[in-house]
Amino acid sequence: MGAAYETIHFKAEACDGCNDCMSACAQAKTQTDEHLHSRIQIVPSGEGFELAICRQCGDPQCVLTCPAAALSKNAGSGVVDWDRTKCVNCLLCTVGCAYGGIAYDSVSSRVIKCDMCDGAPACVKACTTGALKHVTTARIYNEAGNLEDLFAPGLSGCQGCNTELIMRHALRRIGPDVVVATPPGCIPGMGSVGYNGLTGTKVPVFHPLLTNTASMLAGVRRQYKRSGRDVLAVALAGDGGTADVGFQSLSGAAERGEEMLYICVDNEGYMNTGMQRSGCTPYGAWTSTTPVGERAHGKTQDAKNLPLLMVMHNCAYVATASTAFMEDLYDKLDRAIQAAKTGFAYLHIYSPCTTGWRFASDQNIEVARKAVETNFVLLWEFNPEDGLQFTHPVENARPIDEYLEVLGKYRHLDRDQVAHIERSLAHNLARIRGFVAARGAASAAAGRS
Amino acid sequence: MPHAHYLIVGASHAALSALHAIRLHDAEGEVTLLTRDDSLPYSPTVLPYVVSGRSDPGRVFLRDESYFAQHKVNYLRGAKVHKVNAGASAVELADGSSIGFDKLLLATGAAPVLPPVPGLAGLRFHVLRTLADALALREALPRVKRAVVLGGGLIGMHAAENLAKGGVQVSVVEMQAHVLAGYFDAQASGMIEKVFTANGVRLLLGASVAGFTPRGEGCRATLEDGAEIDADLLLVATGVAPVTDFLCGSGIETERGVLVDEHMRTNIANIWAAGDVAQARGFFTRERVINGILPDAVDQGRIAGMAMAEDPGTKDYAGGVPLNTYSFFGQHAVSVGVHESALEQSGVEVKKHSDEAQNRYLKIVLKDRRLAGIFGVNAAFDPGIMWELILRAIDLGEEKLAFLRSPQDTARALMSKNWR
Ligand SMILES: Cc1cc2nc3c(=O)[nH]c(=O)nc-3n(C[C@H](O)[C@H](O)[C@H](O)COP(=O)(O)OP(=O)(O)OC[C@H]3O[C@@H](n4cnc5c(N)ncnc54)[C@H](O)[C@@H]3O)c2cc1C
Ligand code: SF4
Ligand code: SF4
Repeated sequence: MGAAYETIHFKAEACDGCNDCMSACAQAKTQTDEHLHSRIQIVPSGEGFELAICRQCGDPQCVLTCPAAALSKNAGSGVVDWDRTKCVNCLLCTVGCAYGGIAYDSVSSRVIKCDMCDGAPACVKACTTGALKHVTTARIYNEAGNLEDLFAPGLSGCQGCNTELIMRHALRRIGPDVVVATPPGCIPGMGSVGYNGLTGTKVPVFHPLLTNTASMLAGVRRQYKRSGRDVLAVALAGDGGTADVGFQSLSGAAERGEEMLYICVDNEGYMNTGMQRSGCTPYGAWTSTTPVGERAHGKTQDAKNLPLLMVMHNCAYVATASTAFMEDLYDKLDRAIQAAKTGFAYLHIYSPCTTGWRFASDQNIEVARKAVETNFVLLWEFNPEDGLQFTHPVENARPIDEYLEVLGKYRHLDRDQVAHIERSLAHNLARIRGFVAARGAASAAAGRS
Repeated sequence: MPHAHYLIVGASHAALSALHAIRLHDAEGEVTLLTRDDSLPYSPTVLPYVVSGRSDPGRVFLRDESYFAQHKVNYLRGAKVHKVNAGASAVELADGSSIGFDKLLLATGAAPVLPPVPGLAGLRFHVLRTLADALALREALPRVKRAVVLGGGLIGMHAAENLAKGGVQVSVVEMQAHVLAGYFDAQASGMIEKVFTANGVRLLLGASVAGFTPRGEGCRATLEDGAEIDADLLLVATGVAPVTDFLCGSGIETERGVLVDEHMRTNIANIWAAGDVAQARGFFTRERVINGILPDAVDQGRIAGMAMAEDPGTKDYAGGVPLNTYSFFGQHAVSVGVHESALEQSGVEVKKHSDEAQNRYLKIVLKDRRLAGIFGVNAAFDPGIMWELILRAIDLGEEKLAFLRSPQDTARALMSKNWR
């Protein structure tokens, strides 16, 4: 499998042209504030700003046009390295590169290009608007890409659904010493439990009732433990089976601290059976049981905050995650797997449903991203010792309209309903912030004693 | 007779770029790469720096053995092709052996052309195209006090600078009124000339040699005006041309170079040519031209390689755009595209800016609001972006004034919009 590499990502909309990145680069590379020396160049473009920087191309033209073999793609870091001892200053690389990625610096009389600062780019650290981001997701592909996929090929999820991605990534990370429970829902529905006596996984999997997932899994785990085998107990369940009918057994297992990893794939409803509402369906959303017509306008109650309920069980680990933020998801997966060896770990992953929420099948990750960027979904984690903390705080949230307008299930919303959603989100944010603040207070108190 | 699916003759920029493109599409097909040289691949462009000692001749190689092993390429050195038999799909080497092919790429580059000056034939003189040439020059250098460089083009000027830096007293004899006449106009060339003169290089412009006479190890050059210059070393750099005589009788169509179509294919269906040896369409002209520059060799090589591997992504060659970068004595000059004189005059706009004190010069040539040429001495802009603007014939539209005012930033912004 080919390697993936770290990159610097530029979000033009967020750039305000402060040029702090150029100062930081000039400082890092030449100990001056002279922007001419900066390897990253912000240029005005219409009302906004654009960027010229080396893209560390996969098929770099600069390398092919260098007559002195001074440029080469580093297979380890992915950086296109420049060897100053071989370079003869012919400037032909500046012809080969169509991106302004390598340029002549009149002061040093040499060409200059971005070298990614050995994996810690100074420009990104200096950017306060969030326009520059050091994307290190490559680590996931390089590490997890080599792990065995423990699901069979050819699961039949809806087009564009991210559940399959969640399942496959999670099991890859967990590894083969596992037993998986998949209660009724999309996950078994797309074939993970299998057909005609064959399973859809390469590991043991079973199909509990909607109501007893956590209790069955607790028993299985105890039996394995008794026989001296270290097998991780994992549930891959939907939000209906978790928040509603399955909640009693879930709550009991969490309260008892059963050793398991319970992953809830939250698509905000019973989507597999025809898109009925669940306790996790948000206010205002259309479902087949909260229809939209002359008098009805979608769901009239707010969703229950299931992950927060799990925090109140004082579980060993609780976190929310999104497939638009895979590094965050992976960090949490790693911590949850660890916690599940000695206690109850709960991971709540948001899963936009292309079919039930009514949006284009190529937009899943974008929808997931918008949910986070508008604070509709908050990314945080909890453990009893450190309390609750944000893992991806969004300070300047985008207007909620940007999220609602891309989803068919909200198309009917009127102004009052949108205002209601805004209020609910504000409450939710305040509540979670309260928990985060309480954690600060608690640790301060602990520090005093 | 050994046989290769892909046979590439030459091991420099055009050949290596073609090889790279082939391997991107076809990881397994048998490839044989031949060169007459006895070394790993190198670029002629680096040679002036080998002469001056700046480049270690052991560290200029463009690829190493492991590259060829990893990419399953049969690399043959010291293998000079002296005949191509298109009908039998085979080439004959100088040692009499033959190699068959399914597909052949000619990437044999160009060779120095010697001017018909009386007395030259009987002299010991140097040229600069191969590593052996460079090493011979370097070896001669310690014994040289005075040198004559015949020709003030890129190669001559590169060599002159590097000789001067090695402490040699250099005279450049150029027939035209200015050096680098192909790339820069009189004013820009004048600025470059000033720097050379200030660094002790004697430039004899608009001058030609009437005859040479041997003088010890060196020679005496007698100019048309009667002036005489004595030198311990003569470097002839009056131009290069494709070598096509080994193709005589092969059925491959040649003119000044090997004639190729927009996929670098010759008139023979399984034979391609790319780089300095090829004569391909020009971007600004209808006729087929020899562009003779490194970036174009890379470009043509890639297209030929893709076409040979039947890569469905193969695009037509957009046409050769004259361009060059030139750094000299810590200063630099860049030329991309054509001057106004090469264009039909309607819709042409020229903006020129120069600053004698800073030795800075910038000229922009637009045709119908599209970039046709940009030329600078110590001026900042990205030649690769400008080249792309020309090839894409991007209408500057609203950005025209901004472009004329600050070409570098505006072009970078245009790049972001058009081909990020
Ligand atoms: C001193 C100097 C300075 C230059 N400076 C610049 C510059 O600044 N900018 C620029 O753009 N260009 C410059 N050039 C031109 C540039 O080097 C060429 O355009 C470029 O190398 C062309 O590449 P090519 O692959 O077509 O041919 P070449 O580089 O000439 O390679 C030809 C290859 O074919 C092999 N070969 C030839 N004949 C045979 C045969 N019969 N059998 C087997 N093998 C054969 C040769 O050994 C070689 O490997 C310079 C050239 C020189 C000599
Ligand atoms: S310098 Fe240009 S061509 Fe080279 S890797 Fe960077 S962006 Fe790509
Ligand atoms: S300036 Fe240096 S790095 Fe760029 S092409 Fe020339 S030798 Fe290579």
